[in-house]
Amino acid sequence: MAKKPHDTPNLDQLEAGPWPSFVTGLKRLAADKDYMVDLLGHLEHSYQTRKGYWKGGTVGVFGYGGGVIPRFTEIKDEHDQPVFKDAAEFHTLRVMPPAGMHYTTDILRKFCDIWEKYGSGLIAFHGQSGDIMFQGCTTENVQKAFDEINALGFDLGGAGPAVRTSMSCVGHARCEQSCYDEAKAHRKIINAFLDDIHRPALPYKFKFKFSGCGNDCMNSIQRSDMAVIGTWRDNMQTDEALAKKWFAKHGLSELVNDVVNRCPTKAIQLKEIKDVRSGPNLSSVALNDSQALEINNKDCVRCMHCINVMTGALAPGKDRGATILVGGKRTLKIGDLMGTVVVPFMKLESDEDFDKLLDLAKRIVDFFAENALEHERCGEMIERIGLVNFLEGVELEIDPNMVSAPRTNPYVRTDGWDEEVARIRAKSAA
Amino acid sequence: MSQPQMRKPIECGVPDHMQYLHPMLARNYGNWKYHDRPRPGVLHHVSHSGDEVWTVRAGTQRQMDIHTVRKLCDIADRFAEGHVRFTIRSNIEFIVADEKKVAPLIDELERNGFPVGGTGNSVSMIAHTQGWLHCDIPGTDASGVVKALMDELYEEFKHERMPNRVRLSTSCCEINCGGQADIAVIIQHTKPPKINHDLVANVCERPAVVARCPVAAIRPALVNGKPSLEVDEKKCVCCGACFPPCPPMQINDPEHSKLAVWVGGKNSNARLKPQFMKMVAAGLPNNPPRWPEVAGVVKRILHVYKEDARPWERMADWIERIGWPRFFEKTGLTFTKYLIDDWRGGRANLNASVHIRF
Repeated sequence: MAKKPHDTPNLDQLEAGPWPSFVTGLKRLAADKDYMVDLLGHLEHSYQTRKGYWKGGTVGVFGYGGGVIPRFTEIKDEHDQPVFKDAAEFHTLRVMPPAGMHYTTDILRKFCDIWEKYGSGLIAFHGQSGDIMFQGCTTENVQKAFDEINALGFDLGGAGPAVRTSMSCVGHARCEQSCYDEAKAHRKIINAFLDDIHRPALPYKFKFKFSGCGNDCMNSIQRSDMAVIGTWRDNMQTDEALAKKWFAKHGLSELVNDVVNRCPTKAIQLKEIKDVRSGPNLSSVALNDSQALEINNKDCVRCMHCINVMTGALAPGKDRGATILVGGKRTLKIGDLMGTVVVPFMKLESDEDFDKLLDLAKRIVDFFAENALEHERCGEMIERIGLVNFLEGVELEIDPNMVSAPRTNPYVRTDGWDEEVARIRAKSAA
Repeated sequence: MSQPQMRKPIECGVPDHMQYLHPMLARNYGNWKYHDRPRPGVLHHVSHSGDEVWTVRAGTQRQMDIHTVRKLCDIADRFAEGHVRFTIRSNIEFIVADEKKVAPLIDELERNGFPVGGTGNSVSMIAHTQGWLHCDIPGTDASGVVKALMDELYEEFKHERMPNRVRLSTSCCEINCGGQADIAVIIQHTKPPKINHDLVANVCERPAVVARCPVAAIRPALVNGKPSLEVDEKKCVCCGACFPPCPPMQINDPEHSKLAVWVGGKNSNARLKPQFMKMVAAGLPNNPPRWPEVAGVVKRILHVYKEDARPWERMADWIERIGWPRFFEKTGLTFTKYLIDDWRGGRANLNASVHIRF
């Protein structure tokens, strides 16, 4: 039995309503732990005063420079003593989950047992960078909790100016749209950067994210410095049985309004079967005895819309891999940036393909480490130095797929034009 | 006395996922053919091998006590073959290889208070941050805002009644850890930081703080004989970027830290290219424990979107079709001068055409 609870009139109101209540969970923990009694008091104080009261500090585990988020209370009495003394320290351990966030109940129960023993009993699945967040631990217990979590085969994630924990979509494990083995790429890349994760020494954070198709369920284009997004080069695949099944259920209006008209590049046409053409870049599939879809794959931008609507009837092609984009980030400090294309297509099938991906990742992180200013994200660095300088630095060739349009102003020195044309022609002739 | 022997970490990195996969997922790894949704909250995947799995998705509070996690494990052991996974939006997924297990699993989840839904054209769980519970710089709470909003959107989580999927996020400072979303709720500070000049010299690395400001509004200064920093309040955009490296520059204010609502962000490439979200409302009070003013705006936008958008239009697609003036007209939100972009590159957001809907 824990000590008497604090009055929490604000938090109490968050126990009502149908959605699962984290407050009810906190109270269950507070029934056994003074730690959580005071945590509830601490949080209620924030609700009453509308301010936060945690400050950072330096807490870690032996051998690592990051992965623990230290929190010390700032709610102090007139003698500078913590008002909520049992919750004066409330550190978080960031732990990297398996790619795709799959668990057995066995491993989850082991996490619970460890966190019941050493921590608050509060676990977040998952933080916005993808970590399992073991929330609420005293300085004294951080090492003990980590030792046991680590013994289960789990490791701390990134914090501060480091390579960060990554996320990959469910992908190969349960998704027909998956264009490469996301989990394999995730694990191969991240586990090659463990030193940069555990010992923060970069200019600022660097995030990788892995999505298996253009639906980008991991939000990689905007939330990672290097996004690996699955795509394909050849023709879209079709399945007549599933196409006919879809058409029988949904009919012509939905086909026209939701599929054909929504194609952003008008690559899809509805045709009479007798008029359907065949050709090296065309896919087609019959919808009934007289009508069919014809897709010009040269016009298609792999946006995924029609495949999302008619899943299975339409599918990614067989020559699969990924597009690599660099520079995504959120607001601070120059405003939001989307990642932009630096490799239009990279095959990702064989072990050698994955080696090449890792090699590129290393070149990019190395260049970032050397060239970014303190607290500057990769995208901000590219904005400052220009994409061409970045590409030359990481030894990537330019490609018109990297721009939405060529330049619209004349402020550039072009006296190297002829040599550049000659170089590119020689290279493409080789 | 010798130092105690410290245990060296095993730098094992990301664990091998194959050991945690449901056996049917492992068996059909990379070999899935298509999926459909028999009902909201349930996905049915079919493999090229002919194998089938059913996934039941349920909402959680994300910040879970171990009793909740153990309860979910009990349900997984009794009804769902001992495996679970989580989505990026903190929904839990139970995978079963037998269709007959789906209905009892749903019953058990709902009986224990876990809503089944979040698939397809629903409003899924809100991607969110740490807030007052754990963050060192929060302007508001996260879990509480999400709980209050999801209570209001509960039925939309459980049904697929929206034109397309709706992704929400909340963030407790302008860094926006919650990320891009169809609708996002983000703190918007309205007053420059209040500086505790007694502490700056001891706590802050002053050149780093000066460098952090996006509008060069901070400069070193001697205040009351102490080395400190001062803010040009005419330049200051109240972003709060100086606060993390220099906590004595307090940006959070119970009264003046407001909430803003943003719409039309998406990361998906489907149809339109990925879009940044746009600010459409600000000045909403930070009003715990249930933030009713924010919930009112979010629900109003959702209601209009639901009524007005065509099938498969995400928030951004819908606004692209109807235009911004009509968005403000239909939602009843007020377009003010603060919504005209004047940040670098902001001119690209002006209407350089006579494309005007009347």
